[in-house]
Amino acid sequence: MFESVSELPLLAVEDLHMHFAVRTGLFMKQTSAVKAVDGVSLQLGAGETLGLVGESGCGKSTLGKALVRLLSPTSGKIYFEGRDITHLSQWQLRPLRRDFQMIFQDPAESLDARMSVRSLVEEPFRIHGLGNRAERKKWVDDLLETVGLSSSSAEKYSFEFSGGQRQRIGIARALALKPKWLVCDEPVSALDVSVQSQILNLLVDLQRDFGLSYLFIAHDLSVVKHISDRVAVMYLGKIVELADSETIYRNPKHAYTKALLSAVPNPDPKVKRKKILLEGDVPSPIDPPAGSAFGHRMGHSRYEETIGMDLSLREISPGHWVAADPTCLELGDWKKISGR
Amino acid sequence: MSDGNLLEVNKLITSFDTERGILRAVDQVSFSIPAGKTVGIVGESGCGKSVTAMSIVRLLPQPSGKVLGGEIRFKGENLLHVSHQRMRQIRGCEIGVIFQEPMAALNPVHRIGRQVAEVFQIHKKMSKKDAWDAATEMLTLLRIPAPEKRMMDYPHHLSGGMRQRVVIALALACRPALVIADEPTTALDVTVQAQILDLLKNLQSEIGMSVMLITHDLGVIAETCDEVVVMYAGRVVESAPVNELFENPLHAYTQALLRSIPTLDTPPKSVLHTIPGLVAGLGEHAHGCRFCQRMGRKSSMTRERPKFKEVQPGHWLEICKECSNL
Repeated sequence: MFESVSELPLLAVEDLHMHFAVRTGLFMKQTSAVKAVDGVSLQLGAGETLGLVGESGCGKSTLGKALVRLLSPTSGKIYFEGRDITHLSQWQLRPLRRDFQMIFQDPAESLDARMSVRSLVEEPFRIHGLGNRAERKKWVDDLLETVGLSSSSAEKYSFEFSGGQRQRIGIARALALKPKWLVCDEPVSALDVSVQSQILNLLVDLQRDFGLSYLFIAHDLSVVKHISDRVAVMYLGKIVELADSETIYRNPKHAYTKALLSAVPNPDPKVKRKKILLEGDVPSPIDPPAGSAFGHRMGHSRYEETIGMDLSLREISPGHWVAADPTCLELGDWKKISGR
Repeated sequence: MSDGNLLEVNKLITSFDTERGILRAVDQVSFSIPAGKTVGIVGESGCGKSVTAMSIVRLLPQPSGKVLGGEIRFKGENLLHVSHQRMRQIRGCEIGVIFQEPMAALNPVHRIGRQVAEVFQIHKKMSKKDAWDAATEMLTLLRIPAPEKRMMDYPHHLSGGMRQRVVIALALACRPALVIADEPTTALDVTVQAQILDLLKNLQSEIGMSVMLITHDLGVIAETCDEVVVMYAGRVVESAPVNELFENPLHAYTQALLRSIPTLDTPPKSVLHTIPGLVAGLGEHAHGCRFCQRMGRKSSMTRERPKFKEVQPGHWLEICKECSNL
């Protein structure tokens, strides 16, 4: 699908599925499955940020967790630097864990309140048996400096810090083992705007200094656009559009992307844009519509046609991929993409 | 009281009795809400936005929260002096409240219908059956699909957006003159947020109510409000009509807030403006200009509080040598 990319990507995902069993009744028989991630393919290059946006429940966090193998995918393949890591055991993954880490949304919940900042940041080194005590102390001090915390904060506990500072601690932990890529799962959603901008600046600086790659998951589209090189839009477990961030914001093709973009409140009272108001909610991933999920939500007249149709991504212009879905594309785009 | 103002808050002081002494969360806050208009209150977490709102409807955490001074005039009546009985009539009937977390505002063990109908039974003294019909009508007004069916659902059956609609239905049931919406869309997706804000706007013109919208999202403010009040560390630093505030912000804090948000037009990966330092804790607030305190300027050390003045018609500003750009 991505023949144009000649060199080996850092991360490649092929047709990934992540289903969760729904068990009911006395014998907990599996009655159905939640298709949280339903056939996702993407690639992440070294030093690149891929933004992932979508409404809650669309499977973006599940995808992030599956990629760092906090979950075991149902089917599909995940290649990290050309190596298939889809079915490695947790023990086999251990040495690879140094290369990919995760930053969580709520730093208050992801940090153990009974550990000092020093032991929190030192923990990755201890787990991987790196360095002696003096070396580790120095590394922790360096890390805290890198993320903009004073070294005196090392002896404090996480609850003594504000939300933004706690997020810095989370970032220091994630950076400890010098990873190659990070999954950032809504890292700034819980923060105030002035603090949010500090953390975004920090993430951009770190990327430049260490050549990090990010999978940046967020629901705030202006934040995603700011930090991402490319953006993937996810709807009900599937990617419906993927392009570099300028293109996706200036020239969105998929109806869902257009609706998402128009819903972003603009901090300029004079600009009165026409909003595309979506009716209803994301359908349940337990029993998704047979055809185009978004076409179904909009009640599109051509929905029936999409049942059984191949709605996978096609390249509409170089680097701009969009789901081949007649209910979600303008007629001209649909003709171009389907060749009809 | 000037004509046309539904609510006037004047030098409101709200404090909390804590282990560290009596701390002022709201320190002489003044603003007014004209009839039929939407006034946005914006500021970072902990700046006293919600405490101001909860002081108005007397829902401060008890026994620690207390209003120490000032006045809250609603339709000419000082809410700080009315009886508890009168307050119960006002709250939920003349002033509706929309809370941020719909799951916390709804009772998980009662059906939606019962919870909405209850408002009519209590405030409008309707019979059970009439109240039920009125509740169904209310859900229809909020464009909840299949309202008769939803009436029989429990809160956990509904999605976040639908739950928030039910909470709005509760707040608007008695057609209140004022609705206080405390971060009504913060927990929701942008698409649902757009639906809810659109809905509120339509209902506002239908019912003719005023809205006090508390949010930290300047985008939401720009799109929905007529006037904006900017709060910092328990005080109002600036207030103005929305266009004026976004075009001609005069306080350094307002300017910094506006500059620190990325928009769809900011160049990618450019350095965003940040505000150095941290908001001082409640116990450490300076007497002087509190934004100067954050910036580490000596001028915050004076014993004198900066004056809050009308610098242009409708544009109020806290006057500080360093922070106000006149």
